[in-house]
Amino acid sequence: MIKAIMARMPAILAVLVLFAFAAPELSAQQINPTASAVQEEQLMRALQSGEAVSGRVTIVDPRAADLIKPGNKNWAADHGGMVKTINIVAILGILAVLVAFYLIRGKIRIEGGFSGRTIQRFNAIERFGHWLLAATFIVLALTGLNLLFGRALILPLVGEGAFGTISAWGKIAHNYLAWPFMLALVIVFVAWVIHNLPSRTDVEWIKQGGGLFKKGVHPPAKKFNAGQKAIFWSVIIGGVALSWTGVMLLFPEWAGSSSDWQFYQVIHAIVAGVLTAIIIAHIYIGSVGMEGAFDAMGTGQVDENWAREHHSLWVEEVKARENAAPGGAAQPAE
Amino acid sequence: MARMKFLCDADRCIECNACVTACKNEHEVPWGINRRRVVTINDGLPGERSVSMACMHCTDAPCAAVCPVNCFYTTADAVVLHSKDTCIGCGYCFYACPFGAPQYPRVGNFGTRGKMDKCTYCAGGPEADMTQAEYVKYGANRLAEGKLPLCAEMCSTKALLAGDGDIIADIYRERVVTRGYGSGAWGWRTAYGETVSV
Repeated sequence: MIKAIMARMPAILAVLVLFAFAAPELSAQQINPTASAVQEEQLMRALQSGEAVSGRVTIVDPRAADLIKPGNKNWAADHGGMVKTINIVAILGILAVLVAFYLIRGKIRIEGGFSGRTIQRFNAIERFGHWLLAATFIVLALTGLNLLFGRALILPLVGEGAFGTISAWGKIAHNYLAWPFMLALVIVFVAWVIHNLPSRTDVEWIKQGGGLFKKGVHPPAKKFNAGQKAIFWSVIIGGVALSWTGVMLLFPEWAGSSSDWQFYQVIHAIVAGVLTAIIIAHIYIGSVGMEGAFDAMGTGQVDENWAREHHSLWVEEVKARENAAPGGAAQPAE
Repeated sequence: MARMKFLCDADRCIECNACVTACKNEHEVPWGINRRRVVTINDGLPGERSVSMACMHCTDAPCAAVCPVNCFYTTADAVVLHSKDTCIGCGYCFYACPFGAPQYPRVGNFGTRGKMDKCTYCAGGPEADMTQAEYVKYGANRLAEGKLPLCAEMCSTKALLAGDGDIIADIYRERVVTRGYGSGAWGWRTAYGETVSV
């Protein structure tokens, strides 16, 4: 018996050795599974802002794989905080400045009075471009502001049903009028960019404060003075920024990830608020703020005295061109 | 009133997706919309866990904060619901939600997402309880029938818990103490600003 066992000793030893090696593996399978369990906290700590705790899903929509995106709450907070604050400060701020300006300076009159003679300032194409841009911008601005402040200002007045209908139409108007806005932006850019390149006369104009703050001061200017050039470039740069971010918002697939979309949305809302404030100032000075200014975009014909006071160099250019033209411009018989 | 919450015990979830199917069937959710989904974290790696996720019915819900038309409201049970009549499909709630809960019937280019749809905690919408009008828009209203959300009710391993936040937290805490481990109440910190401390 012993001999038999001894004879099989190598085999027994081999089995024992196997057990000895196998034993740790067996106990490894019984370990507490929590040792390696993925913890929410550790995943959240490793997150950068705007990123997601993601995994695998059996749903076709790849966005469903993002389990938790805590960064989305930051966007929600920015939207309700910073974006709204900037819009309120920009718009109420410019209104306050304009009211103060009107009370102190009053309406800027044509000092020489109306001469009765007019000069063509803007032709039909320029006015069409301007008014297309203006009309679409006003609707876009109002429907955009409705998304930010409508629920606080309009909802309590008209009730939930009517406000929902207004906002739904507002959204459609915003989405579709964006395209004529972009077209008008191109027309205006092509028509006026040549007149809006910065020049040395602008320095003098800015030094004299544009003559805005003092009666009788009229720094020389060509077709557009430095203030108008500032409006032009604000509209072009702001308009392009709004168009680009707006198209990204309309086509989320092009925008990329949802944090890209959020970025475009914040830029869109801030630029829109600042540009709206600038345009309010533009509307003021082009209408109630200055005598004779509206005619430039109304009929396209401005009074000669107005033109001489505000755009002296431009009037000289126009007169020189008229005189140089063969036969001169048709002069009415005295 | 109870403060209703969801809690997914990821150490019990076996990724059977029965909650997803039950939800779709109970509410006849349209194609392409998933009010609930199961996400597997660390798939195929040590420590893999599956979590069933839907709208968490947040405290101070960010979707409600960004909604331009204020279509969200919170019920007495702290369930976050919305009105599809007021919704304009702008998509803001989707970008504000940390859990990807808001869904839209269409892809969304050119603002054509359609009315937002999300988990209602089986509590319907603003229409009168258990009416056909409510069912068509929001699905069944089990809470009005005195029942809890179906996803949690039919969970085979009882991984997904629904009910009053304090009670389900106690159940989870007891489980963690008994078995000696737990990977946490997923999403609670983000949704409620607190987690289940064991």
